[in-house]
Parts: sequence; C-alpha cells; structure tokens
Amino acid sequence: MKIEVLGPGCPNCDKLERDVFNALAELDIPAEVVKVKDLNKISSYGVLMTPGLVINGKVYSSGKIPVMETLKKWIEEESKK
Amino acid sequence: MDFIHIVESGGGALLEYLSAHVLTCLIPAFFIAGAIAVFVSQASLLKYFGAKASKVLAYSVASVSGAILAVCSCTILPLFAGIHKRGAGLGPAIAFLYSGPAINILAIIYSARLLGLDLGLARAVGAVIFSVIIGLIMALIWRKEELQKTKNPGEIALPQEEDRVRPQGVTLLYFIILVGILIFGAAQKWVITAILLVVLGLILYQGFKKEELRYWMYHTWDLFKKIFPILLAGVFVAGILKALLPHQVVEAWLGGNGLRATFIASVFGAFMYFSTLTEVPIIRALMDLGMGKGPALTLLLAGPALSLPNMIVIAGIMGIKKTGVYVCLVVVMSTIVGMIFGNLII
Repeated sequence: MKIEVLGPGCPNCDKLERDVFNALAELDIPAEVVKVKDLNKISSYGVLMTPGLVINGKVYSSGKIPVMETLKKWIEEESKK
Repeated sequence: MDFIHIVESGGGALLEYLSAHVLTCLIPAFFIAGAIAVFVSQASLLKYFGAKASKVLAYSVASVSGAILAVCSCTILPLFAGIHKRGAGLGPAIAFLYSGPAINILAIIYSARLLGLDLGLARAVGAVIFSVIIGLIMALIWRKEELQKTKNPGEIALPQEEDRVRPQGVTLLYFIILVGILIFGAAQKWVITAILLVVLGLILYQGFKKEELRYWMYHTWDLFKKIFPILLAGVFVAGILKALLPHQVVEAWLGGNGLRATFIASVFGAFMYFSTLTEVPIIRALMDLGMGKGPALTLLLAGPALSLPNMIVIAGIMGIKKTGVYVCLVVVMSTIVGMIFGNLII
C-alpha cells in the first residue's frame, strides 16, 4: 500500500503525516508513506486545498485533516483490496 | 545612534500597539477567521474553479474568494497551482494569486485599523478590481495555450460536502453577530458588544454541536499561534526601522504622491518579502516617516502579492516567461492604482 501526504510544508500537513504514521502503527498495517511537496505534482492530483491524502493513487481528502477514526477506516478498507 | 536606542524604539512600538488595542482588535478577527475555516463549505466555492465552470463566474469568484480560502499564505500557492493546471486556467489563477493576500479578513481589519479606513478599503477594492484585469491580460497573452488546455480539461478533487446540521440562516446569523462583535468592540461600545455576546452564546448553545465548537476553537488557536508571534516580530522590526531610517531619506524617495515615489514603492514591494500581515506595521512606520498615501497603497498591493521567494515558486509552476510578465503587470498596475488613489481620490 502506498500513502501520499500532499502538502508544501504547512503545519497541518505535518500533522496529517504524523496522524498517518500513528494510524498505521495502531492498525499494524505496513505501508509506504511519501510526503509530496512539489506543487506541480500536488495539482496533478487535482488537489486545490492542502493537506491532501492519497491512498493507492486515489484522493481521499483535501483541505482538512480527517478525524483519526475516518483515517483508520480508509486505511483498513484500502488494505483489504 | 546607539544600539540601545534602536532596540528601545522597537520595544516602544510593541508596547504602544499592545496598549492601544491595535493588536487586540485582531482577536475577534481571529475567531471569525477560525469560524470561516470550520463552517464555510470550501467545496461549494472550489467548484467554480473547475475547468467547466463559466469564465465570468470563475474570475469573480477567484478575485474575492481569498477572503474565505486564503487565511494563511501557505494555502495560496497550492490553490494557484491547482486552478492553473487543472481548473479554470491561467486568468482566474492569477486573479486569485494577486487578490488573495489583500482581502483575507485579518488583513482588511488590520489595515483599516492601523492605516485608516480609506487605505484599508482601497486596498481591498483595488486588489479585487485589478486582480481581474491582470488575470484577463495574462489569459489574453497566452490565449492559444489556454485554448489547448480547455480541450482536455482535468478534474479537480472537491473536498467532501458535509451533512448540513443546521439551517443556513442560523450559520449566517452566527457570522453576522461575530462581525457585529468585532465592529462594536473596536468602537468600544461595550453595552452592545455585551448584548451581542449573550446572543452569540444562545445561538451556540442551541444550534451548534459540541464537537464543532471544539473544532472552531482549535482552528482559531491554530491561526493565532501561527500569525501572532510573526506579527509581534513585524511590529518590533517596524519600530527599529523607524529609528534607523532618517526622515529625509524616506521623504525624498517615497514622499508625496508623485509617479517616481509610487513606482519606487511598487518595485520595492514586488521584491521584498513580507510575512503574513507584517506589511501593515512596516507601512505604518514608513508613513510616519513621511511616505505618501498613494505609495502606501501601492506598497500594500505589490508587497504581499509578490516577493523574491514566491516568484521562484511561481516560476516553477508556470514558467519564467509568464512569471516575468506577471511581475511587470503587478508593478505597473500597483503603480497605477497608487497614482489614482493618491491624486484623484484623496
């Protein structure tokens, strides 16, 4: 599984990255986490508001930090695919 | 002039601002900005930036939506990149880039409070009108390229629309009361402010969920933490500037409302980096030293919209040629607005 956190380096983007690591640790699911800082690459996903969250190439959220439970639910669903 | 004196001037400015409620008047504004982040649906605005949206709508929304979308400067550049590459195209993206820093709620309130209502208003109105003009010119120059883009438009990812928990009227009333508290608080009409606070309490108790209120406080505090320390530093630097820069130099280069002074302000503003909102105290200091009102407006327009570091980022997104034209347009347009304001309006 590949998880991308999109954000040019704002505090909220860092928080989302930490949340993702915490969620993965709690769920005990292995995944590759990548921080995408390049604006051209961020916009190629169609994400206008950062932070953005992309799991396995699909945009899950943009413009906000999802609640921990929602985040875990998404990761669990993707891991089962 | 010795070192102690310079630091004293910085500290003096800081104390003066804190005691004169110049900075404290921003506190309600932080609550409003936090409320915007939580309760205004961004999805409903972002859809006007899509490739299929009507051009008139795209330009109008782009020129004013900074008020809602761009509370923090770090959100402006990703939005700009997205609108340019995947959405409504170059023109609206540029309009957003130019007006964004000038019309967020904190910038308007702080400018009006510290520089006078006329400059505060002129800044917001000037930024909106000229952002559209600059956007249109850019889109016109590169119209062939833009046409190609609209043939295979990309998709933009909209944030999830949340379930509405209360009638829209209640949310609107909540915002009106927040603005009311800000205005009457600034005018020091304490009785009306107190009444409004009680009404606000009732609305919050009746119509809002506890979790939403927690989010509101979180966002308000988050913004405050991000912006307030920088602002204090800006005020301090402005105070130091006042001690270091001789009166005569500022008056000679930036005094009056002439073309030369306005143009110098424009070029200086374009390259100089101002951190969020710090342009305001620095311009105040320059005005105290003799800068005219026309050049002040020019500096307000060109300053936060452009800086050397953000030129480099913009060039990475849309190329050096377009960035060069954009910089020239900003310098010329900001000079024109400053000239109109300095010579015809006041």
